[in-house]
Amino acid sequence: MASTAITAGAEPVFHLEEEHAHAEGGSTMLGFWLYLMSDCLIFAMLFAAFGVLGGNYAAGPAPKDLFDLGLVAVNTTMLLLSSITYGFAMLTMDKGRVGATQAWLAVTMLFGLAFLSIELYEFAHMIHEGATPQRSAFLSSFFTLVGTHGLHVTFGIVWMVALMVQVARYGLIEANRRRLMCLSMFWHFLDVVWIGVFTFVYLMGTLR
Amino acid sequence: MSAHDHTGHDHAHGGAAHGSLKGYLIGFFLSVILTAIPFWLVMDGVIDNKQATAVIIMAFAAVQIVVHMIFFLHMNPASEGGWSMLALIFTVILVVIVLSGSLWVMYHLNANMMPGLHEMREMP
Repeated sequence: MASTAITAGAEPVFHLEEEHAHAEGGSTMLGFWLYLMSDCLIFAMLFAAFGVLGGNYAAGPAPKDLFDLGLVAVNTTMLLLSSITYGFAMLTMDKGRVGATQAWLAVTMLFGLAFLSIELYEFAHMIHEGATPQRSAFLSSFFTLVGTHGLHVTFGIVWMVALMVQVARYGLIEANRRRLMCLSMFWHFLDVVWIGVFTFVYLMGTLR
Repeated sequence: MSAHDHTGHDHAHGGAAHGSLKGYLIGFFLSVILTAIPFWLVMDGVIDNKQATAVIIMAFAAVQIVVHMIFFLHMNPASEGGWSMLALIFTVILVVIVLSGSLWVMYHLNANMMPGLHEMREMP
């Protein structure tokens, strides 16, 4: 060991005898998955807060008065479509087609932007009606939960733009493929969280 | 994700690693159905019993989450040598404890500690 360490020049690398060298980024997917799991815990806390506080209207507006399920259905469709178009982007990436990958990423981004616009319109509409986050515990927890999801989508779009620039400059190199796979997991994960949001917040709120 | 299992080589970047067109289409088709039915149940008030509707839409959500995990996130017990599944199971256990624990404890706190149980919904 010591003799290896004093070799001049390059950093010494040690391996256990039965271990082989790991390719760069070989553990990125698992690491990113662990990040997603911790993100999942954040959302679990926010869902729990909403579950506890979601019925405390403080004599203010209730979900029935505020939610437009038609709009939520359109919103859900946007996110679902963006999920499948991202899937198509991954499939074209596998085939190494840069142009098609970029096009599908752009389509995904447009659906993501449509989702965000509809959500912002909904928020603005609610706030205009006086249903601000300060109005009741229900609205505080609602805006925190749905807003956190919306922020995730926003940063997902920022990330997507960054990767499109990367792919445009350097092509579908190994590092970019890895990054696109991470964003793929992130994007599909947000869709999974949205299933919880539309079920527990919008649909069950309307039932309440 | 299984692409990186122990091999570290690049040959695994085939379709199997990120799913196939068929897989994505099946997942999308199932998601559309599993999303449309709960919305339909609630928007049209198909079932009179709200409790029953709530249980049904929760079941649909649970199934849809599994569908997304399999077809979009490509989860399987073998990916990353089983570590991602282990992390997922651990997370699910924590989420179940957090959600059921919070709802259970806070419900009983409301029910037992506060006057006027029936007006609780309208109280600040």
